[in-house]
Amino acid sequence: MKKEKTSLIRSDGFQTLLASLVCILGGILVGYIALLIIEPSGALEAILAVLKSFFRYPGKLMLKYMGQTLVRTVPLLMCALSVLFAYKVGMFNIGVAGQYVAGACGCLYAALAWKLPWLPCLLIGMVAAAALGAISGWLKTQCNVNVVISGIMLNWITLYLTNLVLGTVKSPNSPYTLALQGNNPSALLPSMGLGALFNNEKSVTIAIPLAIIMAIVVWVVLNKTRFGYELKATGNNYNAAKYAGMKENQNIILTMVIAGALAGMGAGLLFLTGIEDWETTISSVPAMGFNGIAVAFLGGLSPLGSILSAFFIQYITTGGGNVDLQVYCSQISSLISSLIIYLCAFVAFFKFFIQGRIRKSDEKKAASLKAAENKEGGEEK
Amino acid sequence: MNNVPYAIEMVNITKRFPGIIANDNVTLQLKAGEIHALLGENGAGKSTLMSVLFGLYQAEEGVIKKNGEIVKINNPNDANDLGIGMVHQHFKLVECFSVLDNIILGVEDTKNGILQRDKAREKVVALSEKYGLSVNPDALIEDISVGMQQRTEILKMLYRDNEILIFDEPTAVLTPQEIEELLQIMKNLAAEGKSILFITHKLNEIMSVADRCSVLRKGKYIGTVDIKDCTKDDLSRMMVGRDVEFAVQKKPAQPTDVVLDVKNLSVASKVSKKMAVNDVTFQVRAGEIVCIAGIDGNGQSELVFGISGLENVAGGTISLLGNDITHAPIRKRSLMGMSHIPEDRHKHGLVLDYTLEDNIVLQRYFQPEFTNKFGFLRRKNIRTYAERLIEQYDVRSGQGPITISRAMSGGNQQKAIIAREIDKDPQLLIAVQPTRGLDVGAIEYIHRQIVAQRDAGKAVLLVSLELDEVMTVSDRILVMYEGEIVGELDPKATTVEELGLYMAGAKKEG
Repeated sequence: MKKEKTSLIRSDGFQTLLASLVCILGGILVGYIALLIIEPSGALEAILAVLKSFFRYPGKLMLKYMGQTLVRTVPLLMCALSVLFAYKVGMFNIGVAGQYVAGACGCLYAALAWKLPWLPCLLIGMVAAAALGAISGWLKTQCNVNVVISGIMLNWITLYLTNLVLGTVKSPNSPYTLALQGNNPSALLPSMGLGALFNNEKSVTIAIPLAIIMAIVVWVVLNKTRFGYELKATGNNYNAAKYAGMKENQNIILTMVIAGALAGMGAGLLFLTGIEDWETTISSVPAMGFNGIAVAFLGGLSPLGSILSAFFIQYITTGGGNVDLQVYCSQISSLISSLIIYLCAFVAFFKFFIQGRIRKSDEKKAASLKAAENKEGGEEK
Repeated sequence: MNNVPYAIEMVNITKRFPGIIANDNVTLQLKAGEIHALLGENGAGKSTLMSVLFGLYQAEEGVIKKNGEIVKINNPNDANDLGIGMVHQHFKLVECFSVLDNIILGVEDTKNGILQRDKAREKVVALSEKYGLSVNPDALIEDISVGMQQRTEILKMLYRDNEILIFDEPTAVLTPQEIEELLQIMKNLAAEGKSILFITHKLNEIMSVADRCSVLRKGKYIGTVDIKDCTKDDLSRMMVGRDVEFAVQKKPAQPTDVVLDVKNLSVASKVSKKMAVNDVTFQVRAGEIVCIAGIDGNGQSELVFGISGLENVAGGTISLLGNDITHAPIRKRSLMGMSHIPEDRHKHGLVLDYTLEDNIVLQRYFQPEFTNKFGFLRRKNIRTYAERLIEQYDVRSGQGPITISRAMSGGNQQKAIIAREIDKDPQLLIAVQPTRGLDVGAIEYIHRQIVAQRDAGKAVLLVSLELDEVMTVSDRILVMYEGEIVGELDPKATTVEELGLYMAGAKKEG
């Protein structure tokens, strides 16, 4: 589709980019101010360490850390895809965090208790997460329960259930689940030689290309297919979708199933690399899902934009680990990266602000154009 | 020329918006004690002119004079101070307040912080007696008829001692009897020296009540005429710029087979425990236009929701071409030959954030022509199809098929829906208020399309609140009152007055 040429500021993509950049700069600035307040002497060095992230390490080490950053980008991207997919259909999938946990639960239990190879493990994780999404969707359509409410409730239910279930496959000496490497290497995702590109970092696997493929698939489904047409129509105008004979309730449940499956796949693609194990004593829902919300908005709710924003957020998070702990306390890295992520969630707000200004001038123009059109029409006759 | 200054005078008003001129050198002179009609199509600039008078917009050129003196109206409060009042098309009343409380709202008289209702009541009662405005000051707005709500609005203006009263399309919501009453009230008000500005596009009302009429067209001031010197045709020519066919040209109907058969249909109400549609039975045959007439809110919407499948029915059966569709999914009804031009084009008819072409295929996107066997949309075919319909039905928009529907004018949005629903080649066309809010030219076009469908042997079920439309377009009239069909009339054998009696529930068949 060719679009009419419009000035740069009016193009949706540019507005998103501009708003995203404003947010990123704002986040960095606030982070820097926080560092200045805590301890001025090391602030500049610390913020630079955050921004340099893995680039501050020499050669081979840099490649290794870059690889690990990419590995952790994968679940973030998948959670973002989950959020934006549901968002296009008019739902705010805050349950993504719980779906991510359910995915981790499913795949790790399948790998450690049933000793299944990686593909069935991944699929079981996705099914578990999809089931959770289905509950939210079903409650929405049958009882008109807002998916935000059911999502938040289910997040906690899922967390404690997961701790219970994975407690049966945890290591006897620690709160963590058994390591896949020692107990079921067949459940580890294959590397296909990708690890070699990153100084033989073992955790680099096909998860990275898979996630990018999923982003493209989501984009294609939303923009090129009949299914996407129906879903977006349902999200934009539920009544019109019903009027046009679409199965609007079925579409909503299906959307939540798919959103759940995406989040569950993200969990599988992280935990089946063996880069980390599940801690069965945690008492808060992992931030991964919530960060996915920020990623989705920073990426302008576009699957392709989310690839970039997911990488950026993970890049900053990795960089947060570089802050000198001699000067600052250990929580500082989380504080800085979360400040930046927090500001990133304001993309929609800034975009709204930009559009508001444009709309005001547009409305005047539109009214005048309409009248001009009438005028011409009249004279032709 | 006499030397009596005008009550209010807008001289050479020009109001520009970027790119266009909404009011181009418009002059409006309102004499004291006259009823002055302001006539024009949608988009002719009536609203802009009134907004200037109310201080919502500032004119670039021209002045406003009151009793010959130039006044400055910067905001609506200034307008109120000058004694200008307005009855809006959509009433501005607090539903759960009494009539009296609504009237004094904003100008309450208090003593030590206590409302002085008794004094206000005296004034309201006196005013209502003086002008023949019967209201019950203690009734709640939500309990009274639309006509009485309108009288409350009028009393609001009188209570504020307004001298210049603006009525914005006041008859759109009334029954014929209520219209008669309103026109009488307007005459009384004028006789008492109030000056009335009457905005409308109903020529009959202008002819019966107005002294003079000013006409706007496409932002330009066409002229002011004395009603006693002109005819309805003169006015319509001034308004539209050409001769308009008022009578819909059509041959007698030749109904054949039953297409839609509704038996004992009931549909539950969303707002009360009563049935919105109560035990309704009727048929629509191929080749006829059956019109459901009635005042808004008497179950017409729910009846259509039930037939189209948007709402579940509580009882009875519906069959289309002999097949029972009482519980059939909407998609199935559509594929069986039902087309539906919905009452609310924004709520049901369009996905406003979709492009025009995506809305044009809203009922057909799943067909092989538009979706390939792998589930991908065939964009090229969609574009070609949309372009054909846009051309054929003259749907105008800024960027053609890729215009976002929200950016289109109401008339063109409606044309797009009509194109979509008619091009489906339906057996039954349900059209609910298809001309609501459209101007004379578009109405003429839509009526012709509907008659053409009938002549092509389709069954048409028309739901309308416009009496003119009911009388001229339909072949058979069914009147709905409080969820029931209270009468069947032949438009050729009945009168507007008789129709009105049925609509108001004053008359009922067997």
